[in-house]
Amino acid sequence: MTDPRDRSIDPGTIDMLTHSCGQGLEVVWDRKEAMDPQCGFGNLGLCCRNCTMGPCRIDPFGSGPSEGICGADAHVIAARNLIRMIAGGASSHSDHGRDMAHTMLLAAENEEFDYKIKDEGKVMALAEELGVETEGKSVREIAKGVAEICLAQFGQQEGEVVFARRAPEDQLRRWREAGVVPRGIDREVVETMHRTHIGVDNDPIHLILHGVRTSLGDGWGGSMVATDSSDILFHGPRWVRSLANLGVLDPDAVNVIVHGHEPNLAEMILAAAQDKELIEYARSKGASGIGLCGLCCTASEILMRHGVPLAGNFLQQELAIATGVVDAMTVDVQCIFPSLGKVANQFHTKLISTSRKAKFPYAEHIEFEESRGLEVAKQIIRAAIDNFENRDPAKVHIPEQSSPLVGGFTAENIFSMLGGRYRSSYRPLNDGVMTGRLRGVAGVIGCNNPKHVHDRGHVEMTKELLANDVLVATTGCTAVADAKAGLLCPEAAEKYAGKGLREICRAVGIPPVLHMGSCVDNSRILMVLTNMVAEGGLGESIADLPAAGAAPEWMSEKAVSIGFYVAASGVYTVLGEPFPVQGSKVVTDYLTEGMAEQFGGKFAFEPDPIKAARLMIDHIDERRAALKLPGPMYEQPYAPKTSAEAKATA
Amino acid sequence: MGKIIVSREDRCMACRACEIACALSHSKAKTLAEAVRCDPPPHPRVHVEPLGEGSIALQCRHCEDAPCVAICPTEALSRLSEGGPVQLDPDRCIGCKYCVVTCPFGAIEMSPDGKVASKCDLCAERTEAGKLPACVEACPTHALIYTEIESWLRRRRGEAARRVADSQALTKAP
Repeated sequence: MTDPRDRSIDPGTIDMLTHSCGQGLEVVWDRKEAMDPQCGFGNLGLCCRNCTMGPCRIDPFGSGPSEGICGADAHVIAARNLIRMIAGGASSHSDHGRDMAHTMLLAAENEEFDYKIKDEGKVMALAEELGVETEGKSVREIAKGVAEICLAQFGQQEGEVVFARRAPEDQLRRWREAGVVPRGIDREVVETMHRTHIGVDNDPIHLILHGVRTSLGDGWGGSMVATDSSDILFHGPRWVRSLANLGVLDPDAVNVIVHGHEPNLAEMILAAAQDKELIEYARSKGASGIGLCGLCCTASEILMRHGVPLAGNFLQQELAIATGVVDAMTVDVQCIFPSLGKVANQFHTKLISTSRKAKFPYAEHIEFEESRGLEVAKQIIRAAIDNFENRDPAKVHIPEQSSPLVGGFTAENIFSMLGGRYRSSYRPLNDGVMTGRLRGVAGVIGCNNPKHVHDRGHVEMTKELLANDVLVATTGCTAVADAKAGLLCPEAAEKYAGKGLREICRAVGIPPVLHMGSCVDNSRILMVLTNMVAEGGLGESIADLPAAGAAPEWMSEKAVSIGFYVAASGVYTVLGEPFPVQGSKVVTDYLTEGMAEQFGGKFAFEPDPIKAARLMIDHIDERRAALKLPGPMYEQPYAPKTSAEAKATA
Repeated sequence: MGKIIVSREDRCMACRACEIACALSHSKAKTLAEAVRCDPPPHPRVHVEPLGEGSIALQCRHCEDAPCVAICPTEALSRLSEGGPVQLDPDRCIGCKYCVVTCPFGAIEMSPDGKVASKCDLCAERTEAGKLPACVEACPTHALIYTEIESWLRRRRGEAARRVADSQALTKAP
């Protein structure tokens, strides 16, 4: 059996692997090893299955075919495959955003609905932005107007997706010049599928540009709708304290884990878990109460708004069940292993699928409907309570790890975080960067991937950035990794941050790593960067900012879409796993060099997290120099390159 | 000595086309679609193994002094002709598994039903009909080649000679 310490750096995960795999449980890492070696054609992007003249393979060594049967070369094939990945990822984020906007519309229209319009401030802010009539109208009427405009973005045929206007003027200009402002969220995805059909678009850069447009329809479209609708429905997050890792599971309570991506479901489950009658019912069965925690993005959604603890991230989903104390795990959509049912069958855990779009083997399907939200949630909680007595004490094993965290940062509340209630402003942040107390800012985001040691990429990169006075924003599974490693505490600034960052964190009272939410909440990071540009002193566009992005352990198509909309928004983005396009030099070179000319942002592929962090820091230093800012205020472990060194490595 | 199969790890893409072709050519099915419904399922005699970042396809070496032939109690394993491949006769095999254990390349395994041993036969039927072994024919990057030893040596010596000449080790002035 592979040493668990070769699979993960997280002590909670190592503990579970040692215990469970020692007892023969098959987990994702085992399936990864069985799949080795993986097909090089797929890896390089040189396999095309888009028509049945094929499937075709391009020989990377030149002695076999260099074109598919239709005549498409490696560059076209790699580009087509890549933008189909963008389509898959953008669709996931945007379809989720559509559902959230639809819930917001129903909440606005129906007073009796289980969902309410909770964040009046955000409704008014969006109403002003979108030109919704507010005179003499109730909050719900205004929210309805906002919801209708949000929903309209999906089916819009011409024009520009309205939220693209939020971007800094310079970035919008770049997009218009490149012809990539999305016209409608769904339209761009459909056109991606059309262009990648056999015999349509056969120019690799032309294909990629449409992929950029599709991803912008996600980042400045579907994901933004998701974030804003969720804030309106459930309130914009405020700073919260909570805990992360499997040790949050209470052996004496009925335990329910929400896993997936829909706050629609998670918020109702939370409400049901707090229902007095159900808590009494749980106690009548011998439990101390009802415990709720989450996996993946839905966990971060209810963490950010309600402080619900994080059980773990992507690669821990099977291990959570293997603790033997999960009475029900609800799953909805995205990033859910189809292996969960088989794992649940080895324990007493009820695996409950809830989405009409997503069914899983061996899961019990209790379909969630917004119109009966609380009722279904209570049904699920009751099923969990009824299952409590079926626990096998011999199979209970909960790791002790449970790390404190502070989360709940948004683009809006950072204003007041920095400036207080009466002078809320980004000025302190920009001043921090301009004076060099902060070297720069970085977003470290994304999934786990068993090709990389679990959590190692996220934690090691983040620590390297912190030591070099870079303030880090994080979302999704990275945020969970950082939380487990103790990086989301204000105390982490004392342990890991350089002097400048430490001073800022002490002055403001923030941790050095800011948890900004789920993966659709990467749209919050776009708004933070936009607000920094608007505040002034750091250039005219996002591309000018001393900032960089990274996804050290990404695996999903959603991550491809995010990577694209972030790079196309001007951010230098370092990926721990390359895009599967390296069989095409044309595509690889465009992504790692060429696209910067049009968009100000580009990609780098670097699997080692320290090297990747240093690439980001080099970029940040280069942006500082271009803005004629002084170097970092304090001595840095990774010193800025001299201009001669910088020229040599350029 | 007959031709041998050489497996070049610098060309292997781990696509496993060789495994599929081998399994298919040793099954009763004529097409892949039929083969996936066969019971017992067809099984390959060539195996793609991970090798660091890359991979290599491994099969029976048809050793001149084969340990499997030496150990087989029933002469199920034998060379039918001088310089020909080492063949396994399933009717003689009693499934003692000593050949599986003794092969230094792990090239022999038990058949799916576990009754007899199974290994690469160098596609004797195909090569007698003038065809290439199935794995060699299937490989999309020519990582697998079917070659006379002499040709292979000529190629290697040519490459070596070029390397030495390029390094100018012999022509540099002392």
